[in-house]
Amino acid sequence: MPQPVTALIPRLREICGDDGVVTDPDRRRTYESDGLTYHAGTPGVVVLPTATEQVAAVVRLCAESGVPFVPRGAGTGLSAGALPHSQGVLIVTSRMRRILEIDPAGERAVVQPGVANLDVTRAAAPHGYYYAPDPSSQQVCSVGGNIAENSGGAHCLKYGFTVNHVTGLEIVTPQGEIVRLGGKAADAPGYDLLGAFVGSEGTLGITTEITVRLLPAPQKVRTLLAAFGSMDAGGAAVSAIISAGVLPAAVEMMDALSIEAAEAAVACDYPPGAAAVLIVELDGPASDVDAQFDHATRLCRDAGAFEIRTAADAGERARIWKGRKSAFAAVGRISPAYIVQDGVVPRTALPEVLRRIAELSAESGIRVANVFHAGDGNLHPLVLFDDAARGAADTAADVSGRILDLCIEHGGSITGEHGVGADKACQMPEMFSPADLETMNLFRSAFDPGGIANPDKLLPTPRLCGERPGVRTGVHPLVAEGAAEQF
Amino acid sequence: MTPDETATPPAAEALGASGAAVRDAAPADAVGGRVPRYVARPPDTAAAADLLAAAHRLGLATVMRGNGTAGDWGAPPDRVDLVLETTALRTVEHAAGDLVVRAGAGTPLADLQAQLAAAGQRLTLDPLVAGGTVGGAVATGLSGPRRLLHGPLRDLIIGMTSVRADGVTASSGGRVVKNVAGYDLGKLHTGALGTLGLTTSVTFRLHPRPEAQRTVSAAAPDTETARRWTRAVLESGTVPAAVELDRPPDGPLTLSVLVEGAEGGIDARADTVAGLMGGAAVAHGPPGPDWGALPGGPEDTLIKISVPIGEAARAADCAHEAARQQHTTAAVSGSAGAGVLFAALPAAAGAATVGAVARSLRAGLDGAVTVARAAPGLADDGAEPDRWGDVPGLDLMRAVKQRFDPHRLLAPGRFTGGI
Ligand SMILES: Cc1cc2nc3c(=O)[nH]c(=O)nc-3n(C[C@H](O)[C@H](O)[C@H](O)COP(=O)(O)OP(=O)(O)OC[C@H]3O[C@@H](n4cnc5c(N)ncnc54)[C@H](O)[C@@H]3O)c2cc1C
Ligand SMILES: Cc1cc2nc3c(=O)[nH]c(=O)nc-3n(C[C@H](O)[C@H](O)[C@H](O)COP(=O)(O)OP(=O)(O)OC[C@H]3O[C@@H](n4cnc5c(N)ncnc54)[C@H](O)[C@@H]3O)c2cc1C
Repeated sequence: MPQPVTALIPRLREICGDDGVVTDPDRRRTYESDGLTYHAGTPGVVVLPTATEQVAAVVRLCAESGVPFVPRGAGTGLSAGALPHSQGVLIVTSRMRRILEIDPAGERAVVQPGVANLDVTRAAAPHGYYYAPDPSSQQVCSVGGNIAENSGGAHCLKYGFTVNHVTGLEIVTPQGEIVRLGGKAADAPGYDLLGAFVGSEGTLGITTEITVRLLPAPQKVRTLLAAFGSMDAGGAAVSAIISAGVLPAAVEMMDALSIEAAEAAVACDYPPGAAAVLIVELDGPASDVDAQFDHATRLCRDAGAFEIRTAADAGERARIWKGRKSAFAAVGRISPAYIVQDGVVPRTALPEVLRRIAELSAESGIRVANVFHAGDGNLHPLVLFDDAARGAADTAADVSGRILDLCIEHGGSITGEHGVGADKACQMPEMFSPADLETMNLFRSAFDPGGIANPDKLLPTPRLCGERPGVRTGVHPLVAEGAAEQF
Repeated sequence: MTPDETATPPAAEALGASGAAVRDAAPADAVGGRVPRYVARPPDTAAAADLLAAAHRLGLATVMRGNGTAGDWGAPPDRVDLVLETTALRTVEHAAGDLVVRAGAGTPLADLQAQLAAAGQRLTLDPLVAGGTVGGAVATGLSGPRRLLHGPLRDLIIGMTSVRADGVTASSGGRVVKNVAGYDLGKLHTGALGTLGLTTSVTFRLHPRPEAQRTVSAAAPDTETARRWTRAVLESGTVPAAVELDRPPDGPLTLSVLVEGAEGGIDARADTVAGLMGGAAVAHGPPGPDWGALPGGPEDTLIKISVPIGEAARAADCAHEAARQQHTTAAVSGSAGAGVLFAALPAAAGAATVGAVARSLRAGLDGAVTVARAAPGLADDGAEPDRWGDVPGLDLMRAVKQRFDPHRLLAPGRFTGGI
């Protein structure tokens, strides 16, 4: 029988100190949701440990008493992965934010889980190195959260996800054991538990220390913006670039509606009349970048680009990126409410899927703006609606769901970077068979036989899947306050 | 039911009912010195699943086999009743425009590469061992020199379908590179030597074949110089695809750097690298056939050493010194840039010698030292060396094995901790 979570409070205070335990209902409520505010709940109790031993002692206590726990980093997740459990302990890493070591010779950094992603790069930069995974939330999101979500960013196409950049983890298992997986060296012997832990969304335990790869800063970065008369022409340029063997660091695309929104919001001054713009960024050895840049420019022209701008310096680069980076917030100005979806399709299916999205939009009368990571086939369609109009939210939610169906139909995924969390757990059966899910559950139970680590997340449960998904509306608060980009 | 009671023709019949071709095993089918009873070759995933389900019901210990080129990696299994051959699982679905391929586990890597090359693409592995299959490469989980730039094999895998010990088929990942839905179970099977299931197909991300290649190599006068060169090259911004070290038992340490990329930029990069390595020689075109090959002969004991980057040159020295103290020799080579090396000890070196070298390396280096492949008959003198050393997370690994294969039917004993 699980104990009531309140019974744990005195022991939690002994472990984390009085100031490390939050019981006051108002203060607890500040943790009621992550970036996805329509999934909310008050945590039973919140703890703010400062050391691995404290995390382990808290989890051991949870394990002994059958009380669930939920890890939380910066709370920027967009799939309600850190949604608290009303009868559980919310373990927040915000006081574990020390950079323990920058080791340029070993090309590694060792950090605590609460360290913000961008701070790793800031600490490595004086040595000529950086940390490659760059989610748009990088100023605020925690490296522990990145591990849990296997986060990616604009430069995923070339540099991959978090999992490609982690060589060591210290974790606290759901039974309260402290275990090290890997370290500074590659290829730890045994099963690749580290690889499987990345992306496990807090369901296999808590990361308490992280060793990541650092990469030497590229010699040169070059960026171009190409404007096209149609989305198809833009898509053809993407295909041409990739199949020519040019591997850009990023390839981003925007359609007319999102260009219009960005123009209205930040006057980004993109070529007038563009039905699509493409931003292509190359980085690497100077001589290689120059050769590939000319090639990419030619390919854009061949695909029908009517205007191509190249950035001569950092200032011009920033201007090219400005419209793209502001697009999500900008859409808030042309629509009172919107849903951001996060689906993936094989790159070659992009034209077909974009056409189908346009049809869906026309049929339902719901506008959809497309801003996406074209090189990865990762769509972030913005489904616009008027939340004051009756039924509009439902129609928008329906369109958003059907876009995901399209992704799956074309061999894609229900999430490219935001994770499954509580939000998409009920969509997992659309992508995976019962045997697939059962096998994933077998794996989970090897770590967590008691089922106390972030229950009801990632895999579908009957309890969860009774609920109807909601929609996030308006500009994300972090974006509004300038602490993060939505991207 | 014990295997003995089942080892009757009805067992062969039950296995055959899956649609697999089943035959009695011959001495040449031995695994780790043990001759199985049956060899079965399923024609497709569904038959492989039925076959494993039957073996599960019969309590038969099963060992997978691709082309058998790495059948001696890991410890010899405790028992083997059935060898499951994957060579008929050969489908290849190449989505060239998406730079993705899905390949059946039994597909020879060479065939796969040839097919991809025709489209100007490659699976970025190095063709180190002739005849290997997709499934065998994944199950051994080894990565060649180009891992430095393109990541180890596991980073190239984006989806996998495997059959569990009980015959249940499950997939994870998918066909798109960017996908974070669910647990990445492919990672678990990679390097698991077939102890968690039979991999039937693997989806890989591909790379375009580079326009141009240059290899820059030079002999370093001493270890410290090799270390400095490695560091200088890595941080130079020239982005080498590989930095390989070769340290034969006698003779100098050679460092060779592979640069791949656009024709227009390659010479400038190669020249920069050569300059950093004391004016080294630059060779045009792809590296020679021995590039990145394992040190030593096929019968030698292979010790795998992974250390923090920057320690690689010193680790090569340590291996020499440890071998010398045991009155034997070590040939060392591997990826200095990634910090992963192999040391070959002569086949004649006995278990006590191998054990002592491994112990000494473990004591002197930060990282991991494993006996990846033992010389034939190494353990026959009764002193099986500690192949794995301390493996952190072993309890969790055991728990995973217990969930996936509770009756220990898949290559029992082959993996770390007796898994
Ligand atoms: C404006 C905006 C832009 C974004 N852009 C991107 C993007 O480009 N790419 C991208 O991938 N994501 C993006 N995200 C999503 C989010 O920022 C990332 O998923 C991030 O990794 C979450 O980190 P966090 O610290 O906020 O985690 P949280 O939201 O606190 O938690 C996320 C999940 O991780 C678990 N968790 C947290 N810490 C730990 C730990 N130490 N150990 C174990 N589990 C833990 C939680 O239980 C939860 O399941 C964006 C979000 C916002 C709001
Ligand atoms: C350092 C190093 C780097 C290497 N890099 C490369 C490289 O870049 N390119 C390359 O071509 N080769 C490489 N190899 C060789 C490669 O790892 C294997 O030797 C070869 O691919 C094995 O193939 P096989 O079919 O002969 O496997 P086998 O010898 O038949 O099997 C090897 C192991 O895998 C298991 N196994 C086989 N198939 C399956 C399956 N379908 N499911 C589950 N388990 C299975 C077996 O039980 C056995 O344990 C490398 C080797 C080394 C040592």
